[in-house]
Formats: sequence, structure tokens, C-alpha cells
Amino acid sequence: MSSTPLENKPAAGHSHAETVTTWKTYFSFSTDHKVIGIQYLVTSFFFFLIGGILAMIIRGELMTPESDLIERSFYNGMFTMHGTIMLFLWTFPALAGMANYLVPIMIGARDMAFPRLNAAAFWMIPVVGILTMASFFLPSGSAQSGWWSYPPVSTQVPLGFWLNGQAVWILAVAISGVSSIMGALNIVTTIVKMRAPGMTYFRMPAYVWTVWAAQIIQLFGLPALTAGAVMLLFDVTVGTSFFDPADGGNPIIFQHLFWFYSHPAVYVIILPVFGIFSEIFPVYSRKPLFGYKVVVVSSMIIAGVSGLVWVHHMYASGTPGWMRLIFMLSTMCVSVPTGIKVFAWVATIWGGKLRLNTPMLFALGALVMFVFAGITGIMLSSVPVDIHVNNTYFVVGHFHYVLFGTVTMGLYAGIYHWFPKMTGRMYYEGLGQLHFWLTFIGTNLNFLPMHPLGLNGMLRRVSSYDPEYTFWNVIASLGGFLLGMSTLPFILNMVSSWTQGKPAPANPWQAIGLEWLVPSPPPVENFESIPIVINEPYGYGKSEPLTANDPNVKLPSPAPQPVE
Amino acid sequence: MSGDLTGGSTPQNSTRKWLILTVIAIVLAVISIGIGKLSYSWLPPQAAAESILVDDLFSFLVTLGAFIFLGVTGTIIYSVIFHRAAKYDMSDGPHIEGNVTLEIIWTAIPILLVFWIAGYSYQVYQKMAIKGPMEVVHLHMPVGVEAAYAAPVASTGEPIEDIEVIGKQWAWVFRYPEDNITSTELHLPTHKRVRLALKSEDVLHGFYIPAFRLKQDIIPSKTINFEFTPIREGTYQLTDSQFSGTYFATMTANVVVESLDTYQQWLANAASQPPTAAPNQAAAEYAEEKNEAIKVGWPTIKPAPAPLVNYHN
Repeated sequence: MSSTPLENKPAAGHSHAETVTTWKTYFSFSTDHKVIGIQYLVTSFFFFLIGGILAMIIRGELMTPESDLIERSFYNGMFTMHGTIMLFLWTFPALAGMANYLVPIMIGARDMAFPRLNAAAFWMIPVVGILTMASFFLPSGSAQSGWWSYPPVSTQVPLGFWLNGQAVWILAVAISGVSSIMGALNIVTTIVKMRAPGMTYFRMPAYVWTVWAAQIIQLFGLPALTAGAVMLLFDVTVGTSFFDPADGGNPIIFQHLFWFYSHPAVYVIILPVFGIFSEIFPVYSRKPLFGYKVVVVSSMIIAGVSGLVWVHHMYASGTPGWMRLIFMLSTMCVSVPTGIKVFAWVATIWGGKLRLNTPMLFALGALVMFVFAGITGIMLSSVPVDIHVNNTYFVVGHFHYVLFGTVTMGLYAGIYHWFPKMTGRMYYEGLGQLHFWLTFIGTNLNFLPMHPLGLNGMLRRVSSYDPEYTFWNVIASLGGFLLGMSTLPFILNMVSSWTQGKPAPANPWQAIGLEWLVPSPPPVENFESIPIVINEPYGYGKSEPLTANDPNVKLPSPAPQPVE
Repeated sequence: MSGDLTGGSTPQNSTRKWLILTVIAIVLAVISIGIGKLSYSWLPPQAAAESILVDDLFSFLVTLGAFIFLGVTGTIIYSVIFHRAAKYDMSDGPHIEGNVTLEIIWTAIPILLVFWIAGYSYQVYQKMAIKGPMEVVHLHMPVGVEAAYAAPVASTGEPIEDIEVIGKQWAWVFRYPEDNITSTELHLPTHKRVRLALKSEDVLHGFYIPAFRLKQDIIPSKTINFEFTPIREGTYQLTDSQFSGTYFATMTANVVVESLDTYQQWLANAASQPPTAAPNQAAAEYAEEKNEAIKVGWPTIKPAPAPLVNYHN
């Protein structure tokens, strides 16, 4: 890796001011972290829309109790691919995009530690996307065994041919895993090695801490999933029997390998969104993040505990009682550091001078829905309650409050907040607020009815159901369609603002942070001179400068060396 | 929680603040207890002894959850209404970096709550004594708690009713080994401990009766014992709770809980019937022309032939 700059100096032989970012740059193998960040965000949003269309097909089928809109095999493909696309092609890459854009600027670096590795990791995402889309057109259809792909259902191949939707699915997930490992390696290295002078760990913005914690999870968790995926691929394609009980295999081992990663993956997703909250609440409340050090350390504790809770997905599976009870306790422990964060955000808002701009509205809405999801999460962690609602719509409702109500809403908050920085243009506030209300109402209309359905025993993944469940399903479907429509004002806002919006100043929100010291959009390689950080990250109400120098002015003397 | 942050200075102020906080906490507690009581109505009928235990635990969690949710969202809504910056006020709020006492309180209380909830859940699980998969390690639970049938309802007799449950793509078959009867409807005597032997012929299935609040995955090549006590006569639904492929949603069966007399009559009646093919929705759908609006023709695993049983509905 001698060719990749680990130091905050522009590579010898060219000045960073010369390259200009045009629209063509976004379609090229650019190594600029800001370009890659936006590439991730735009690509993943495209797949978010596709995943949303699949969701609306599912909700269309569930408008009526009978299976009357689409065939059952197609329905099974729909929910499998909905989950897969939303996780592997929307939340993960969208959050990778945010991290790519923000982390280097926030810590005062000119780029990521390994810019070419960064670009390579991104360009694997379109490959995953193309494989996923292509699987719909195979004779077998797409994968149909749910995003968990539990064997033996996932290894049943009706056509008996190795090129089938399930095999392509496993391949796509494995490639996405490799891309994530490459990204994680890059981000962790960047945070540890590339901080500007004076940017000590406890001066890093909370967002950087959460990304750091999340990417550490990727590094310890993904190998387990990848191992499981490779064995499953062999079972599907060449007929090995790692997981086939009829041939001495053990299907429960797959569940352990799968959840050993896929539960911590929830924290990979939620932690950076917590980070976005921790950035947004101080800016729009005009107060420092309450208990900053405890909040950022909680992220690391959550990352650690997240590795010890995976069996709570398997309470009703082949899990002995003692194991159910041990994992119940470890799972409930996650609520302590999480609770600390929630209380800290509420205390940050309390007594502040609140400005309800679109990012703040989204963050507040997301926080309320996260509290709700956290409470149903505690219910699910309790073994006896989970034995009843496991695999029902109660669980579906719970994790959609997390993944849509919190993560997607939090991402919207972040996109609006940093939109002026990323594009150099202001978005339209009115459209943003309309988008917020449609999304907030749609989310609750769509996912709240899933809780009574689940408590009454309606199972997830059913293509038809007992007529007693009709009422809440119709409400949920209407909410789903409203949620689909809610993306229209967002798309309109993003496209028209980016092309015709008012030019954005360097710091439209009077926010504190290195990214707000440089012009909007920041120049290639971000800083003329590396900032020297002299203060804590959230100095609201104190009026002390964050840096000793103006990072937009080139220093005549040699650039300062990075310190540890 | 909230009052401390604004920092009242005079002792008079402070007393008033605590008074207001106490009143708010009591009002919230009353509302939460009300919601907790209401939560019983969100659940299906309590048809097994275990369901009473689970519902009490659920109601307890709803009460706690409602208190926390109302407290947190109430504080947020209060801030949003009363702590708004004026339109052209660009100044900052007070520079408060934290409050150690407050942070200790909101770390300690959740820890205590976690142990309370975990302890209560543990007791309920022990009382249910549903067996389930055991073979990995046979740990004996240190605390001896009576099984559910002994606690809330007096069970009528000692002998346990043994029934075999066989799941396959996509049908349920119930076998009564003592009389060698098979059925596609699960008949159970009320107020008697039932022990099921859960088996699968092909993929993972899940045994789930919402009215009993009980669920257990079934793993091929294994037999999992599962125990419970039905307490309420009526007809309930058994569904497959672990996704099992194309016709997953059709894999349901009736569960008939009846008095011991009626149950024994049913057994005798069924024993006299020769086995016939039971109706099977998956097999029927597979055979007939599809009637969905949109067709893509993705292939599916062929359903197992309709089971031959002594009794079917």
C-alpha cells in the first residue's frame, strides 16, 4: 500500500486544487471520498425505490385475505428480495456513503486512508445490484426463502439446475460482504491514523465515533456470515450437505452463523444513525451534546455487547432453555447504553433554542419512533413473550420502526442537513417539511397496525391470511402506498434544488464542525491547510474557535505533520 | 428528570419543581397502568394455562413501556412547544455539557429494570415448563418452580396425553400413538397436560397456536418434546410459524379443545374410521389452474400428497 497516502499531504506531483468535480466525475472510478460518498448515496437511493416498489406489491397482495394478486412463489420472491435490497443495497451502502463523505472532513483529513480501495468497494455495489436484478429473470425466478435463507428450504431447488435465484442471491450477498469488509478496513484505518493535529479521540464528533464502532462490528462479524454463505452456496450448487439434516448436516448451525453477523449488522446500521442524531440535535437546539463522553463510549459498549446477543433471533428455534435465558439477559443489557443515548438526546434538546428545520423534524420524528421500537424490542427480548410473537407481524412492525422509522428517517435527516455542504445548494424548506409529514404519517399508518396483527398471531411471510386480520392489513397497505408517494416530494426537492437551488454558504446552520469551515461544496481534498483542532466538538453557547488556523488558507510554511 | 436541567436556585423553587415532577410521574403511572390493563384485549383468548402467564408478563412490559414512552415523548413535545427559538433569534442556548448525577441515575435505573424484567421473564419461562429442545447441554435450572398447569389451574389428572405432530410441505398430521389414530385436526382434552413429539419430514416448520401463546420450531431428523395445558374449550388455529416454502401460508390446522368425555368419544369414533385422503389446500392449489391476476410462472417444490388419515374435517 505504498502508493496510497497515509499522511495528510497531497500526493507529490499534482496540486489538489487542479482537479475539478463535474457531473461526469460521478460516473467514473473517482478516488475522491466526497464523490464516492455521493455515488453510494445516489445508487442506494435508486435501489431504495426498487425495494419500495416490491414492498407495495407485497402490500397490494395483503389488501385481501386470499392469495389473489400474484402467485405464491412470486410473493415469496417479493418479500425475500424486498428485505435483501433494502438491507444490502439501501441501508448499508447509504450509510457507507454518509460515512465516506463525512468522516474524512470531520476528522480533518484530505481523503480516506486507501482511496483506490474505497472506489473499488463502491463499484462492487452496482455489481451486487445487477446480479440481484438479473435474478428476477432467471427461469427459477429470484430467491424465495426469505432474507435469512434458512436451509433446508433455501437448498430446495425445484428446477434442479445450479444456476438459480438462490445461488445468485448468495453470490450477491457474499460480494456485498466483501465490499463492506473493504469499506470497514478503510474507515477504521482512516479514523485511527488520519486525524488532524489536535483531533484527539475525545474531540471527534459523535458521528465519527459511531461509524468507528459500527465498522469494527463489520470486521468481526462478517467473516461468520461469509463462511455460512460459502457453505450454503456449496449446498445449493454442488450438493454438499453442510446444512442438510437428511444427509447428516445441521441446519441450526447456519442460523448461528447467519445471526452471529446479521444481528450485530442491525447495530452497524443503527449506530451511525445515532451519530446523525448526535450531530443534528446540538445544531438545531443550539446546545452541546449532553454528556458527550458517555454518549460516545456507549457506542463502543453497544458494539461490544452486540456480539453476544444473536441467539435472541432463535428463541423458538432448536435452542435449549438455558441458552434462551442467557441470551435474554445479554440482549436486555443492550438497552442500558442505548437508553443513555436516548436520555442524552432528550437532555440536549431540553432548554435549548429549537429550530424546526427539516433535518430537525426528521431527527425528532425518528427519535420518537426509535423509543417505541426500543420498547417493543425489550418485549421481544423476553423469552416468554417472544415465544408468542416470534415470526409474527409484531416483529415485522418492530424492525420496520427501527429500519424505516429510525434509520431511513435518520438518513433523510442527515441528507437534508448536509445537502447544502454536499451540493453547494440549499434545498426547499417547504417541500422538505411536506416530505417529513407524509413520511411520518405513512410510517405509523403502515407499521403500527402490524403490532396488533402480530399479537393476534398473524405470521410474517404469509401470502394469504385469515379474514379476521383484514382490517389492520388494509390500513397498513394504505400506509404503505402513502409511504411510496412520500418519496415524490423528496425526489422533486433533491433534483430541483441541486440544479436550481439557492447557492449555499459555507455554514448555513451556524453549526460547529470542521466540515462547516470549508466552502460548500468543499474543494477536492477538502482543506488548503490541515486544521489544527483546539477545542471540543460541541462548543455551542461558548463562542470559542474550533481550530487554531483557517483551513482555507494555504500555509506558507511546511504543512504540520499529523500527530497521534 | 427534566426539571434538574433548568437549574432552579431558591429552595422554594426547588420544592415546587419536585412537586410538579411527582404529580406528573403519578399521572403517567396511572395512565400506564391503565394501558397495561388494556393490553390484555390486544391478545387472542387465553386457551392454555401458559397463555395466562405470558399475558401477565406482557401486560407488565406494556405498563413499563408506556411509562417510558410517555415520559420521553412528553418531554420532547414539551421542548418542541416551549423551547422554540424566536424567528430571528440566532443566539445559542446555555452551554450545558452534562450532569453527572443525572447520568448516573439514568444508567442505574435501566440496569435495575433490566434485572427486574429478566428475573420475572425467567420465572414465567420456568413455570411454563414447555420443554423444547434439550439435547445440547442438559443444564438443570437451579430454582425449582412449579410447572404452569400446577400454578394457575388445577390439572385434573396426573397422566400426560402423548401426541405426535408431523409437519410436511404443506400439511399437518397428528398421531395418537395409544389408539394408533391419525388426524388432520388436533383434538385435545381440556385441563390435562399434553406432551407433543414434534417431527418434520422435510424442512423446518414451526408449531404455533396463538391462543396458547406457544411456539416451537420443528427440525427435520429430530424429535422435540413440547408440553402445555389447554384450559378453554373451543376451536383454535394452528399455523406453521417457520417459513417452509411456496404454500407456507396454507399450512394451518384446527385445534379442538374439548372436555375429556367428548375427547374420548372422538378418539373412539376416529378409531373406527378407515384412513382416507384428507383435503389439502397446497396440493389442490398446485393441481388447479392459477387464478391470480398476475402470473410469472416461477416453479415450486411439489406439495406432498394429501395425507391419509382416520379423521379429517
